[in-house]
Amino acid sequence: MANHTADKIQKVSIIISRGSLDGVYPGLIMANGARMEGIETNVFFTFFGLEAIMKKRQKKLKVATVGNPAMHIPSLIGILPGMSAFATWKMKQEMEKLDIPPVDEFIEMIADAGATLYACKATVEMFHLSKDDFVEQVDSIINVGTFYEVSAGGSIIFT
Amino acid sequence: MPTKTIAGKTVEVDAEGFLVNPDDWSEEMAPELAREEGIEELTDRHWEVIRFMRKDFKERGQIPTIRRIKNVGGIPTGELYQLFPQGPAKKAAKIAGLGKPQGCV
Repeated sequence: MANHTADKIQKVSIIISRGSLDGVYPGLIMANGARMEGIETNVFFTFFGLEAIMKKRQKKLKVATVGNPAMHIPSLIGILPGMSAFATWKMKQEMEKLDIPPVDEFIEMIADAGATLYACKATVEMFHLSKDDFVEQVDSIINVGTFYEVSAGGSIIFT
Repeated sequence: MPTKTIAGKTVEVDAEGFLVNPDDWSEEMAPELAREEGIEELTDRHWEVIRFMRKDFKERGQIPTIRRIKNVGGIPTGELYQLFPQGPAKKAAKIAGLGKPQGCV
């Protein structure tokens, strides 16, 4: 609990690879929390995680209600129209109570807090995207080698 | 609980030096608490943050988050990190005589 100065984590690089609302939030909370502790922070968005930094997509992320036993919604019910929208609305409401921002505001806060945001080059090419598809907070599109270079000396967290 | 003398007043603090009772705090203590956090001088903008946090805590019983300091207090997040480097939420709360923030954001 107290100051573990010797063990203090200095740097983290967090990978966000999923594009559902529940897929991106853990990484965003970890990244923001790292900056709040004064830890140098990189965030690398890859595969569907890119949706969190896409201008047209970041406000539309949803909670998946199918294929997730922890939701306690049988898959056959989860496929009904409106179920995902309902679960998404509910989760956003609970987050707001905790003062956890919506994805777009969170990305802005994390960048303002001094974290560096990167998009994965392989995914950008696979989805035929360009820098213009991303919000201004994204520093650059980098390949995996560069990701390891910028992560040097820190811990890497995959989400 | 350990005690500590800040600006001539002896108050209870926790193991990390956060005031245990926010009511023990007075504005005279802030500069000394700030120096302990490596902030040599409190500017008007620092004071805006401190006073907003005090006021919001008094009204809501909770230490405001960085988001709330931005959206309600009007201090942009980037500036907050410049004013209170290396952990603005905790540092500002400490200087404002509030406890250690317990939330995740």
